[in-house]
Amino acid sequence: MTHAATTPAPQAGSANLLLVLLKARTFIALILVFAFFAFAAPNFLSTANMVIMSKHVALNAFLAIGMTFVIISGGIDLSVGSIVGLCGMVAGWLVLYGIDLGLGWSIQFNTVEICLIVMVVGVLIGAVNAFLITKLNVAPFIATLGTLYVCRGAAMLFSDGRTFPNLNGNPEYGSDTFRLIGAGDVLGLPISIWMLIVVALIAAYIARRTPLGRYMYAVGGNERGAALSGVKVNRIKFFVYMFSGLCAALVGLIVSSQLVASHPATGQAFELNAIAAAVLGGTSMSGGRGRIGGTIVGAFVIGVLSDGLVMMGVSSFWQTVIKGLVIIAAVVVDQAQQKLQARVALQAEAAGK
Amino acid sequence: MTHEIGLQIRGGTKVYPGTRALKGVDFDLRMGAVNVLVGENGAGKSTMMKVIAGVEQLTEGQILMDGQPVHLGGTDDARRHGIGIVFQELNMFPNMTVAENIFINREITRGRIDIDTAAQREATRGLMRRLEHDIDPDTLVGDLRVGQQQIIEIAKSLAQDARILILDEPTSALSAAEVEILFRVIADLKKQGVGIVYISHRLEELIRIGDYITVLRDGAITGARSMEGVDVGWIVRAMIGEASKDFAKEIDHPYGAEVFHAEDVTLPRPGGGMAVDHVSMSLRAGEILGVYGLMGAGRSEFLECVIGRHPHAGGRMFVDGKLLKTRTVSGRIRSGIALIPEDRKNDGLVQILSIRENMTLSSLGAFTTGFHMNLGAERGTVRDFVKRLTVKIASMENPVSSLSGGNQQKVVIGKALMTKPKVLLMDEPSRGIDIGAKAEVFRTMRKLAAEGLGIVFVTSDMEELMALSDRIIVMSNGRVTGEFDRKDATETLVIAASAKGHAPTPVKEPAA
Repeated sequence: MTHAATTPAPQAGSANLLLVLLKARTFIALILVFAFFAFAAPNFLSTANMVIMSKHVALNAFLAIGMTFVIISGGIDLSVGSIVGLCGMVAGWLVLYGIDLGLGWSIQFNTVEICLIVMVVGVLIGAVNAFLITKLNVAPFIATLGTLYVCRGAAMLFSDGRTFPNLNGNPEYGSDTFRLIGAGDVLGLPISIWMLIVVALIAAYIARRTPLGRYMYAVGGNERGAALSGVKVNRIKFFVYMFSGLCAALVGLIVSSQLVASHPATGQAFELNAIAAAVLGGTSMSGGRGRIGGTIVGAFVIGVLSDGLVMMGVSSFWQTVIKGLVIIAAVVVDQAQQKLQARVALQAEAAGK
Repeated sequence: MTHEIGLQIRGGTKVYPGTRALKGVDFDLRMGAVNVLVGENGAGKSTMMKVIAGVEQLTEGQILMDGQPVHLGGTDDARRHGIGIVFQELNMFPNMTVAENIFINREITRGRIDIDTAAQREATRGLMRRLEHDIDPDTLVGDLRVGQQQIIEIAKSLAQDARILILDEPTSALSAAEVEILFRVIADLKKQGVGIVYISHRLEELIRIGDYITVLRDGAITGARSMEGVDVGWIVRAMIGEASKDFAKEIDHPYGAEVFHAEDVTLPRPGGGMAVDHVSMSLRAGEILGVYGLMGAGRSEFLECVIGRHPHAGGRMFVDGKLLKTRTVSGRIRSGIALIPEDRKNDGLVQILSIRENMTLSSLGAFTTGFHMNLGAERGTVRDFVKRLTVKIASMENPVSSLSGGNQQKVVIGKALMTKPKVLLMDEPSRGIDIGAKAEVFRTMRKLAAEGLGIVFVTSDMEELMALSDRIIVMSNGRVTGEFDRKDATETLVIAASAKGHAPTPVKEPAA
């Protein structure tokens, strides 16, 4: 909603009003969905439900933030769901076994160290994605599709497909606080929500107020033009994929802590939800356009919709259908907005000269 | 001799985002004759032809054929009405063969399903014989030279048996011998009653081949008559009007020390050979160096080598006497070089970003401390440059695509100047902008040179070259083939130099 009020033309007033409405469409959709369930689903507005729902939304929102950066820069990251699974398994392994050096003793880690190692794993996988895309010229879709399979397979190999149970940690090693990531509260808000707030604020700051963010938009809008303007395109791409990997690692940590277990199949199809949230929030798949705020709202629309439908007792099959329709509708409206915007500009030009 | 009118445009207006390409034009196309269309870059010639070919639709006005209004909603419609077009930008499929390209979307089939390759090949051979070219129908179009590709485009239109054939700068990539062949084909078509529209910048060529002439300026028709009695002088007057002599008046100022120096710059061409072949040049502060040459002479490629776009380019470059070690674009920009690319849309600007974001893209470091960007300072600087370059904008937050060509160019210039360059490289700085904006761009160039900036500018426009340059370098086939002081340069000398190395063009002798 940056340039909501920059083009006041009297005769095009109604078109402009329509434009403002279209630009705020995701937000309006969120309010409508929210209001609908507040009436239709009992207990929807209870504090307990709000907390549970926001925890659900948070998982998708993390991935969607990373995905938004990737898509803004003109790429796509299909591997995030698998990174979630792999990072969950790494976390589970570290909590249960530490690192066995084969010398008859092992290194054990406390919670902070575990988190750092897992985050590094996520960032490294992101770096591999970026390496494939920039240095080896693999199309982002294919490169991340490849890492999707590799990471999922690696997660399965960790435990032969079994679950790591009882990740309660050991007070002796300082890893008993691992559970708090998913279960702990600070000032009445779950820790995962605090993490989301921090990550979202940082991401929004990067997008709006740092050269790095500006370059992301430029690379996505016109890679050649950006390169000729002196933008280090490869560096920007490394950043976005590594950031996306980091977001996925955080989700891996949160999920395994919430469940007190890590399962190698965790995170399947998460990447699709993340893309959906970004698109709902107005991110353009062709790059160069999108905002973190929009993506968060998009993640909430999807989350509120699915939780609300569950509470109303709608079958999960119908939920899937409805989610798909909402995504298609969002893109159709987006196209309508683009067209209207172009027409308003064209009319102004034709009338102006 | 009179020719009947086959197609008319009445009150044709076409608006693009940011520009009015056509302003209520009335155009008559005569059958069995060559209708010549001239005008400067961006005058609206190509737009008018796209409207006739159904590629674009008029915003206002109508098209009449044989007195009846017709709606040309797409190229299919146009083709049904017997209109064929050879575009200025080649529209070919490099991954397909010559025969496949010629019959694309009109394949010769058996029972509408099975493509009759043999028949297509035979028909292609016939067309090639007619065009006196020995090109195998099974060659991939991507393997052909640009000139040969243009011949294929022409063959494609011939294959359609078009009643109206539009040729948009068909000779720009052809050698002299190929042009002769094309002219013979055109004469032949004329006899068959085909109405031909011929667009070109080569005025002598137009006078030789045209029967009727229409001159466009700034989207409006400024002259339309039969070719009899038309000379170059008349065309130029109609093309550029009274405003033409409004080139920047010279500001006399002394040149400074040598600011830029290039030695033995080389760039291999992907298909073998050299796009830039051991080019050396030097530039002094405050000097405007004009680089002239034909299409594909390696001028743009040379500038791209200087800015660092091609990491595998060879040669050495010096700014202020210091050897440049960096090979990256950002490093070169930091060393004081800035480029204004030829292709504004694809290289110069990020269309969906705002004017402000585009202008500061190369110089964000100036507004940044650590990570933090000072948006207030950014806006302030953009405001300064908008004023200094007299860019006409409603708000700096509007998308840059909403501006006219001239103002977009000023944004690109602003972006380059914000990096505080010592050497400014300008590739066709006046392409696609209207006359008023052109004059302003030229004035800006003069002013910058007077302030001590060294400017290298590439142009294909002789008048521009003569009016702006302090010194002229001519390139041909990747080499420097001439260097003149402005005092000694004449159009003849420059043109002769630009044709060097082109004389024995590697065209296979026509087999007939």
